[in-house]
Amino acid sequence: MKISGAQMVCEAINAEGVKYVFGYPGGAIMNVYDEIYKQNGFKHILTRHEQAAVHAADAYARVSGEVGVAMVTSGPGFTNAVTGLATAYTDSTPLVVISGQVPVSLIGTDGFQEVDAVGISRSCTKHNYLVKDINDLPRILKEAFYIARSGRPGPVLIDIPKDITSEIAEFNYPESVDIPTYKPSYKGNNRQIKKAAEAILEAKKPLLYIGGGAVLSNASDVIREFAEVTGIPAVETLMARGVMGDSNPLQIGMPGMHGSYASNMAMSESDLIISLGARFDDRVTGKLSEFAKYADIIHIDIDPANIGKIVDVDYPIVGDVKIVTQKLLDKLRDTVKPKRYEVWRDLLKRYDEIHPLGFEDSDEVIKPQWVIKRLGELVGENATVTSDVGQHQMWAAQFFPFSRPRQWVNSGGLGTMGFGLPAALGAKMANPEKTVINVTGDGSILMNIQELVTAAENGIAVINVMLNNHFLGMVRQWQTFFYEKRYAETDLSYQPNWKMLVEACGGVGYDVTTKEEFDVALKDAIAQNKVAFINVAVDRFENVLPMVPAGGALFNMMLEYKER
Amino acid sequence: MQTVKRVISIIVQNEAQVLARVSGLFAGRGYNIESLTVAAIPGSNMSHMTIVTQGSKRVIEQIIKQLHKLIPVYKVIEHDSMVEKEMVLVKLPIDKDTNIANIQSLFEAYNGGIVNASKNVIIAMAADESMRINHCIEAAKNFKPIEIVRSGVVAMER
Ligand SMILES: Cc1ncc(C[n+]2csc(CCOP(=O)(O)OP(=O)(O)O)c2C)c(N)n1
Ligand SMILES: [Mg+2]
Repeated sequence: MKISGAQMVCEAINAEGVKYVFGYPGGAIMNVYDEIYKQNGFKHILTRHEQAAVHAADAYARVSGEVGVAMVTSGPGFTNAVTGLATAYTDSTPLVVISGQVPVSLIGTDGFQEVDAVGISRSCTKHNYLVKDINDLPRILKEAFYIARSGRPGPVLIDIPKDITSEIAEFNYPESVDIPTYKPSYKGNNRQIKKAAEAILEAKKPLLYIGGGAVLSNASDVIREFAEVTGIPAVETLMARGVMGDSNPLQIGMPGMHGSYASNMAMSESDLIISLGARFDDRVTGKLSEFAKYADIIHIDIDPANIGKIVDVDYPIVGDVKIVTQKLLDKLRDTVKPKRYEVWRDLLKRYDEIHPLGFEDSDEVIKPQWVIKRLGELVGENATVTSDVGQHQMWAAQFFPFSRPRQWVNSGGLGTMGFGLPAALGAKMANPEKTVINVTGDGSILMNIQELVTAAENGIAVINVMLNNHFLGMVRQWQTFFYEKRYAETDLSYQPNWKMLVEACGGVGYDVTTKEEFDVALKDAIAQNKVAFINVAVDRFENVLPMVPAGGALFNMMLEYKER
Repeated sequence: MQTVKRVISIIVQNEAQVLARVSGLFAGRGYNIESLTVAAIPGSNMSHMTIVTQGSKRVIEQIIKQLHKLIPVYKVIEHDSMVEKEMVLVKLPIDKDTNIANIQSLFEAYNGGIVNASKNVIIAMAADESMRINHCIEAAKNFKPIEIVRSGVVAMER
């Protein structure tokens, strides 16, 4: 069958089973939009900014576990999408982004809305393509979806010149791919797995260090079973919140810069760290020379480049977290003695009792941590939580009682302010049954505030809970701690009227200054079933604690802040 | 940290952007390139790149792993036991007093000779290990070279 390049794009998207595409049209991609108009497969959601389209597709992928798809035009449409690509790349989200490009004959001539998209995106995509021949398009489309979702997932860009989308050629969507240079390995080396199992039996203080890869490989069930059978306690990174479930007694918290005392002490005192899809980010390790000094390290990762990149590894295992953890479990099931680690578990429990994650509540002003805790009580398991970047993000990670993987969606690696609201839209489309809460800040929300309109237009009922400290709070906190309170350009006292703003966009707004008002607002927002915005005035000077100052050793946590 | 010098061969799919992907990886991650050569492998759709780089053991290991991650990269060979050759072209001024035989024998000692001659200049060539090419260039300085062009290293596992 002969069809146009634009039709091929739509056919491929439908053949891949994609239900939603997020995007924004323009000159170079118009042929494709014309076909979108004519087809009745996937639904297209028009965001109001290309960055938001990519974030929405990203969150859709994170919540559904499927490949997200975004579509943008050439030039500024593409450059607007770059932050989205970089965000997805850093957090390894499977994504296919399709951008329009000037016609082949104009490439390299500084044509109108021409920008070197493959050049710009090379370092923030897993792979990218510039289509120069329509006969390559079916194969490229197939490969893009395959590369995005296989191995260590990531975003793939397909840049398609306008004349290619109008050209007509034979179309057979390939059943499979044949890329001789790309063969991810999933299984793990059995000899290494055996050695790792022996090390676990020998250890006295083993610790599961669970990262985002555990979510990506859907390893939650097997990791929970592994922990239960072996009696080995676990910490979850920012990207892995929910893998163990917070009610699990073996889950002792989040490690790192704003990790719990018990988690950071666990990392520091463990004699065997079992890394499951984590990558020893500097926000987790703190000062490297002091990091996990007493531990041997088992590192399980599908990306060989992650292994040995930051720390020396004693038991490297390249493979899928789910498959390898299952194999390890099979080896240990009959031999492991959970009792052996009891002293260790008790020690960590003791640490948690000495310095639990907490905050001092107040009757005068709402504490931001209280809002998160209360959210957990009111929506808990029934919610998907997205977030922006800053203090509110850390409090959400610390205090929301996550119970399952894919419940928590945040820009962990890149720390992209403006991620939260578009991510909430994608999260809601992926799992409409859940209440979607975007925990946001008064700084971040304005970076993609236009998406309130997208939400209202499409009836995507997400609830924004803004912890309003009238500050770029996280930066303000560093200024308080490390810059003698010189609050350079972080005071956000001048603010829009949030209630009017959201209502002007077609949503419903609430200004909250007391705990009672918060409960009322949240319940009403859920009942209203439209895009909602709860502006919660919180303590302006609250700090995220504990804190390991950048470059400090993980065990040297600031547990409280004292005015000097 | 102690740095080591390494010669790495990369077999890549011969397609658009592939050189940019490889060199961009080095630039973006702050790895060092001392020399880079590339040419198609006869009778295939692959190309052979040879990169000479320097770094700590961890950096070299990362370079190899990161190269493997590039989709069009088929094979990365960290040379251990290899034949390594580099070429140099040297343009030298001549006049009626020049002892061309001396030049000839110098370059012959480095697997080369005189490859081109005109009234005022000759071009001499040498092909040898990089270290020996350095020596050859040093010696050629006696003849006041006008221009020196090195090719970068090509290598083959023994
Ligand atoms: C796009 C972008 N610009 C700048 C930063 C640096 N940054 C990190 S947190 C933060 C403050 C965020 O303020 P707000 O959204 O109000 O959150 P709060 O920390 O007050 O909870 C800034 C500016 C960033 N992460 N992303
Ligand atoms: Mg703020």
